[in-house]
Order: sequence, then structure tokens, then C-alpha cells
Amino acid sequence: MDEQIRQVLADFGRLEADVATIPDNADLYQLGLTSHASVNLMLGLEDAFDIEFPERLLRKSTFTSIASIRAALSDVLPTAASSPQS
Amino acid sequence: MSFSVPSVAARIAADICGPVADDVDREGRLPKESLDALRAEGMLAVMVPASHGGPGASVAEVAAAVTELATACSSTAMIYAMHQIQVACLVRHERTPYLDAYLRRVVAEQPLLASATTELGVGGDIRTSLCSLEYDGDRFTLDKQAPVISYGEAADAVLATARRNPDSPPSDQCLVLCERPGLTLEARGAWDALGFRGTASLGFRLAASGPVDAVSPEDFGDILARTMLPVSHILWASVWLGMARAAIGKARSFVQAGARNAPESSPPAIRLAEAAGQLESLTALVSASIARFEALGDDEPGPGELVHFNSLKVIASGAVIDLVGRAMTICGMAGYRHDSPYSLGRLLRDAHGAAVMVNNDRIIANTASQVLLQRERR
Repeated sequence: MDEQIRQVLADFGRLEADVATIPDNADLYQLGLTSHASVNLMLGLEDAFDIEFPERLLRKSTFTSIASIRAALSDVLPTAASSPQS
Repeated sequence: MSFSVPSVAARIAADICGPVADDVDREGRLPKESLDALRAEGMLAVMVPASHGGPGASVAEVAAAVTELATACSSTAMIYAMHQIQVACLVRHERTPYLDAYLRRVVAEQPLLASATTELGVGGDIRTSLCSLEYDGDRFTLDKQAPVISYGEAADAVLATARRNPDSPPSDQCLVLCERPGLTLEARGAWDALGFRGTASLGFRLAASGPVDAVSPEDFGDILARTMLPVSHILWASVWLGMARAAIGKARSFVQAGARNAPESSPPAIRLAEAAGQLESLTALVSASIARFEALGDDEPGPGELVHFNSLKVIASGAVIDLVGRAMTICGMAGYRHDSPYSLGRLLRDAHGAAVMVNNDRIIANTASQVLLQRERR
């Protein structure tokens, strides 16, 4: 999952830093993630993982770090697998 | 609460702001008498919580006060609103010991706080900073080219945005309290505009130094989303509501006077009724926004809230232009002339500032990205 997150981040985050070496807990906003790029990042993650984030997770804090993105995805993935899309 | 914030504002509006509003507008000068009166009544510190010696007024009370002031003088109301936005940012966010002590000083000293969030070269995007804080031991310095700092000349302190460190990217911003005498503002140009002529919204070169403890520890993006954006849009909309109320009030007086003189024929009453309905709609929108902000409490706003608070600004700024225009149609020549009790010229000019001074297109573009994030509730 981490590799996929980093790939989406590299594709949509528009960060100057090398995404492969960003620590899990580094603050992505401090690394230059803009609010506009965070929208594209979110949409990219939904596409890559074939999920839809519920509105409660669509917060700035969800996309603060690779670790927080992983936590959000873990939150969504089992639910998406066990319940049909409405 | 030992006193009612909206009632004090209503009294100051009637006694002080109203009588000087035309002079402030004509001369394009700060409404000094009104600001002095607000300070003398303790009105600059009303949002400071009881824990810090203030009366702890709510956003709803301050919004009502702003509307009262705006019925008499748009510029005074806008300055008061912008000041309270800065206080709200201090009150609602994590504070260093220095900023915590400053909040108590707001009660004791009643400083007027201004804002420097825009910068030359960023195209109006307040989520981008070019300037950066620099550090020397336990002191910071900041040098910022601000295209606008409303009422900067009268401000005792300015809350400015900057990149947190010299090597931070443009989006890694913080908010810093810049206080006189460590703050100097060198005016750039003049403020001779169509409306809000009393806000003295000049450009400045801001140079400041102070203790590093005057830098808010929170990310500016969070302060903006949780407090600065919703409170700004609520209080600005409250200014416009007061202006619209003043305009429709004049139209009502005009129609009433006509009805007294010729009771059998007063067609503008239909138009007045339509305008009154639009004014109710604006009033309801502002109330709904305040309720939504208060319901959110300390929670992080989501796309639904951001769409709401952005739309509030766009809709309310359009509504005030519409309502002043309706009042003009109702009053006719009496509204068009400067030498009439129904004169609407100043309100008409001020109303157009609502959509221009903070550009609606930028806000709609921000809303567009949030609309992409919205989900059906399930």
C-alpha cells in the first residue's frame, strides 16, 4: 500500500522533495503540498485504490502525512470491500 | 455578559458614526471618532474570553454589532469586522505564552489589529507567501510588501502571514503578531477609491521584529480554514447586511412619506415589498451561517462547510448590490441626489466594494475545488 500511496503522491502532490525518501510522518504541507494539489491527491488516491472517501475524512488533516493517508485508507478499505456501493 | 455588544454598537452608530459618515466618505479619512468611541466602550476586546479578562462575546453578538455599525457607516463597520477577525484568530488557536499574555493586553489596552495576508507578487492568493521570517536568537524579523493593509496607519498591531522559515515552500505559512514599536509601516501610494473610503486601504512595506514567541505555532492553513475564512465571511456579510438594511430603510421611509401624501397611489410599495423579501433572505443566510459556524465548534471544517462559507461571501456581496439598486429604483431622484435625506450614493459606491475588494472569482475558484470533494450523504 505504501508504494502505491507514494506513487500517487509523486503523480499529484507536486512536491519538490523526492517522494521515495519522504519520512512517513513528515508534514506534507510543510513540504509544499498546496490545498489545490491536496484535492488532486485525494482524487488520485480514490482512483488508485478504487474507493470513495466519506466526507468525514475529507479534511486537511487526512492528507497531512503518508502515515495519516495510510490510516485513512485502512479505515475505508475494509468497509468498501464488505458493503455494496449505494 | 455585563453589557449587550449589539446595543452598545447601535448607540455608537447613532450618536457617533452616523453624524460623521458623510465627512469620512468625502474626505477619504479614517473614522477616528468612531474608532475612539468603540475603544472607549471596550468594544475592541469583546471577543476575549472570561479566562483572559474579557466579556467573551460570541461571533453572533459581534456579527449583530457589525450590522448595527454598518447601518450608519460602512467603513467603520468594515474596520471593526476586520479587527474582530484578527482577535478571533488569536482567541481560537493555540497560543504561545507571549500570545496568551497579549490576549489579556487586548482587554487592558484595546489595541486596533489589522491584517497583512496578501503580498505583492502572489496574485492575491493568500495561501502563498514569498516573504519569510528570519531568526536571530530569540527574535524574528520580517520584511513584507503588502499591496493592502486596511487602516494600517491606525493599527497598533498587524497579524501578518509569512513563510515559517527561509527554506520553507510558499505554502508553509505561519501567522505572526507584529506590534509597534517593533512594527513600521511605510505607506505606498494613497487610497482614493469608489467606496469604503474610510478604510484607508493603502499598500505598505511592513518591517517588523519581535520575540519568536509572537509567531503562532499553528499552520496558517488551519487558522484560515477553521477561523479566518468563516469569521471573515460571516462578519463581512454582516457589514453588507447592515448596508442593505440602511438602503431598504431609506426606501421604506420614502414610500411611507409618499403614502401619507397620496394614499390612493403608491405603486413603489410593491417594489418595496419585493426588496423586503430579498432583505429577509439575506438576513436568513447570515443567521444560518452563524449557526453553522457555532455548530462546527472546534471540529475541522469539511468541504460542505467550506462551500457554505465561500458561497456566503459571494451571495451576500451580490445581494447588497442588488438591494441598494432596488432602493435606488424605489426612491428615484430622491435617492440619486446627494442633497436629499434619501440619498443612496454613498451606499451604492460602498456596495460595489463587497464583490471587488476581495475578488469573488477567486472565492468561486476555491469553492470549485471543494465541490469536487463533496459527497452524497449516506
